Amino acid sequence: MATIITRPETKFGKRVRRQEDPRLITGTATYVDDLKMPGMHHACIVRSPHGAAKIRNISTATAAAIPGVAAIFTGADIKNLGAVPCAASLPGLRVPHHHLLAQDRVYFVGHPVAVVVATDRYLARDAAEAIEVDYEPLPAVTDPEKAIAPGAPAVHPEWPDNVAFNFHQEGGDIAQAFRDADVVIKQRITSQRLIPTAMEARGVVAEWRAGEKSLTLYSSTQIPHLLRTLVAGILGMPENLLRVITPEVGGGFGSKLNVYAEEALMAFIARQINHPVKWVESRRENFAATTHGRGHVDYFELAAKRDGTMLGLKLKLIQDLGAYHQLLTPVIPTLSVLMMPGLYRFKNVSADIVGAFTNCVPTDAYRGAGRPEATHGVERMVDRLAAELKMDPAELRLKNFVQSHEFPYNTATGLAYDSGDYAKPLQKALAQVEYTKLRQEQEEARKTGKLMGIGISTYGEICAFGPSIALPAGGWESATVKIEPTGKVTVLTGASPHGQGEETTFAQIVADELGVEMNDVLVVHGDTAVVQYGIGTFGSRGTAVGGSALYCALQSLKEKLKKFGAMLLKSDNVTLVGGQCIDEKTGKSVGFGEMAVAAYHAKQLPPDTQPGLVATHFWEPPNFTFPFGAHIVVTDVDRDTGEVAIRRYVCVDDIGKIINPLIVDGQVHGGVAQGIGQALYEEAVYDDAGQLVTGELTDYALPKAHHMPYIESSHTETPSPVNPLGVKGVGEAGTIGCSPAVVNSVVDALAPLGVKHIDMPLTPEKIWKLIQQGAHA
Amino acid sequence: MKRKISVTINGIPHADEVEPRLLLIHYLREVAGLTGPHIGCETSICGACTVMLDGKAVKSCTMFAVQADGRSLLTIEGLAQNGALDPLQEAFWNEHALQCGYCTPGMIMTAKQLLADNPNPTEQEIRQGLEGNLCRCTGYQHIVNAVKSAAAKAGA
Repeated sequence: MATIITRPETKFGKRVRRQEDPRLITGTATYVDDLKMPGMHHACIVRSPHGAAKIRNISTATAAAIPGVAAIFTGADIKNLGAVPCAASLPGLRVPHHHLLAQDRVYFVGHPVAVVVATDRYLARDAAEAIEVDYEPLPAVTDPEKAIAPGAPAVHPEWPDNVAFNFHQEGGDIAQAFRDADVVIKQRITSQRLIPTAMEARGVVAEWRAGEKSLTLYSSTQIPHLLRTLVAGILGMPENLLRVITPEVGGGFGSKLNVYAEEALMAFIARQINHPVKWVESRRENFAATTHGRGHVDYFELAAKRDGTMLGLKLKLIQDLGAYHQLLTPVIPTLSVLMMPGLYRFKNVSADIVGAFTNCVPTDAYRGAGRPEATHGVERMVDRLAAELKMDPAELRLKNFVQSHEFPYNTATGLAYDSGDYAKPLQKALAQVEYTKLRQEQEEARKTGKLMGIGISTYGEICAFGPSIALPAGGWESATVKIEPTGKVTVLTGASPHGQGEETTFAQIVADELGVEMNDVLVVHGDTAVVQYGIGTFGSRGTAVGGSALYCALQSLKEKLKKFGAMLLKSDNVTLVGGQCIDEKTGKSVGFGEMAVAAYHAKQLPPDTQPGLVATHFWEPPNFTFPFGAHIVVTDVDRDTGEVAIRRYVCVDDIGKIINPLIVDGQVHGGVAQGIGQALYEEAVYDDAGQLVTGELTDYALPKAHHMPYIESSHTETPSPVNPLGVKGVGEAGTIGCSPAVVNSVVDALAPLGVKHIDMPLTPEKIWKLIQQGAHA
Repeated sequence: MKRKISVTINGIPHADEVEPRLLLIHYLREVAGLTGPHIGCETSICGACTVMLDGKAVKSCTMFAVQADGRSLLTIEGLAQNGALDPLQEAFWNEHALQCGYCTPGMIMTAKQLLADNPNPTEQEIRQGLEGNLCRCTGYQHIVNAVKSAAAKAGA
């Protein structure tokens, strides 16, 4: 037995390059559209070209006569299957029956009407074109405020007011706060509809095995297990005969945190035609039929004292739901309400949500899901107040922050913020941009007529979803760790990462806990036949919740390893260090491999111990985590063109402990890019007749490399007490912190012209018009 | 009416009969079995399908397979030589220039063209050079870093 003790360098906190990358950079990864099966057919979906219409007739004869066309399905064929599920339960919520295919009416452009199945992808498209649908177009309504105004066309005839729900929440005494106020600021603020645009659109392959009566569904999803449960329910088949496999997923951002009609349809069709069937969404379909995000019209009122003390915040929120509820559609704006107080000591808040049906594709989770909208509103309101009081916006924020000694801090919306030191990232960011100097420069620039802006946002977020009480399907996550007989380690995680890098971060955690090499660790996810039930990856929960489950499973496995170590060393006092078990008295040790072999050969077993080295842990978080941070953006606005140039982007994000700074940087950059997209470029536009005007990437402005500034990203580290890793989650931070900082900066630039607010996206046209008005004011 | 085409892909000759309307990307993915290049839009905006045609980066969703007849193609699968990664692949890995990986094969091919045209690009030139390729995950910063680092290594 060896006596040399090796203590490998810890991997926690290291910039380790990713384990998943070799397959991705060589073109050898497998996404849904890369799957090929013998006898595989291809489906193409006929979709509504109208925002609202009655279906008079569907003629399939011409299409059916095309050689190679195997089947055509319309609404009548799926009438008795279950509906597309909505997991939300709000009091009084109106839930339209969401059939997999339209019945006698279509409700939005992109609404699926029929499915054509053919032996070849091109043939399926040809046949889809040959299907004749006779529509009687109806008036549509696409603007949520217009939808709830009297006389608007009814999206669902049974509910002529287009109101899906009303929701009220308040805390403290909002009336008193407004009575005590010296200053009241009112502002209408919108967070426009956005199209998530994962680079890989959705895709499904379904394979029916008649002999076993089992179905395998390959889908580009963030939630394989929930998808299995819910699709089994729609089809009325036993859940354990349905296997969901999530191959490589080319981005989700919330748009794949759902159960879609097409997933259930392909499962149904594979069984009907007894052949595997593939459906891959075109980009046009992706824009028209995959959930959108945001879609808020918010009316804020802020009450404050003349010295800047903020007393209360009121919100009337009109949520554009679209025509149906997808999985979480109505829940998303309730997250905005929870997030309303931001980082500030608002003792009194009141919010009313009106959920409005419109003739648009449903909205649902999109990176940040409700929290960017709230943060945008609050951070704009704080800037409006600062301007009104002629106070510095940084100073006003510092004055109103929850203080570091007040944690856990109970908010007026019923949350308990876990930990924080809100002034720290702001002060760090201010120092980094040299704020005082910048303000002086701005003063000089203004004298010469230049439009230079400095914008701050200090944001908080709710992350790491659960706890279970807060989620319809449970908020825990699961992990199984298997030490194989050869000493290799296999991790099965119920979280289903899709680009976030958990194959690497989880291997880092394992390497530290078990003392093995990272490349001896395999992280498996996204196969319901292999991995124990899990919830999925969304809401910045992958590492905070899934990683915590892994950590706990590792602890029980370490206990078991120690028992085998003690047995082999014939000692009752052993410690586990760097993958070796050491006898405290003699200094003798046994290696990881020896213990693994002993556990499986099982010639001898420690008392009350089973053979094998496998541990599973379902970890239930006691609370959310609450990351926070400060983003500062310096902009120059071109007077002649209205174009915004971001000169500097500085962000200091506190996401708790950091496991892999390289991956964290990537998450922040990507989040900021989506925030800048919302602030400056992106908007899903429907016209009044219900047409999606931004129906392709040619019309929807996604940020490109030359649109993005160089992001100066750094951190403060306030560990979360909620989980054993101390992490908070980083997936959404960049997006949530970004858009108000950009807009505050541009409004600041235009302040000399009397501009107090601009709604996103800040297109050159919009800004140019404001400059023209200001110049003539 | 199918037409016969002969192309060399990653150094290997292929001869197939294809419909004249078959897009090059579909030929590569479904006939030649090379699923490295991806389809992100079919409108030539996103660049996920970028491959090299006779040494020039092209978006293979906006070409027909028959237009590639007699020509030579390089896809992401052909970039590594004898198991050794191309310096750009290595740089993308080191700099964490990818997350979901969907845009990556196209992004690397475009970056290859960019460095062939301009071995020593400035940051702005890199950003402009990549404007035909969309990435929704990275915010581009690590991609820019990767191209810079590959350029620096080649120049060293």
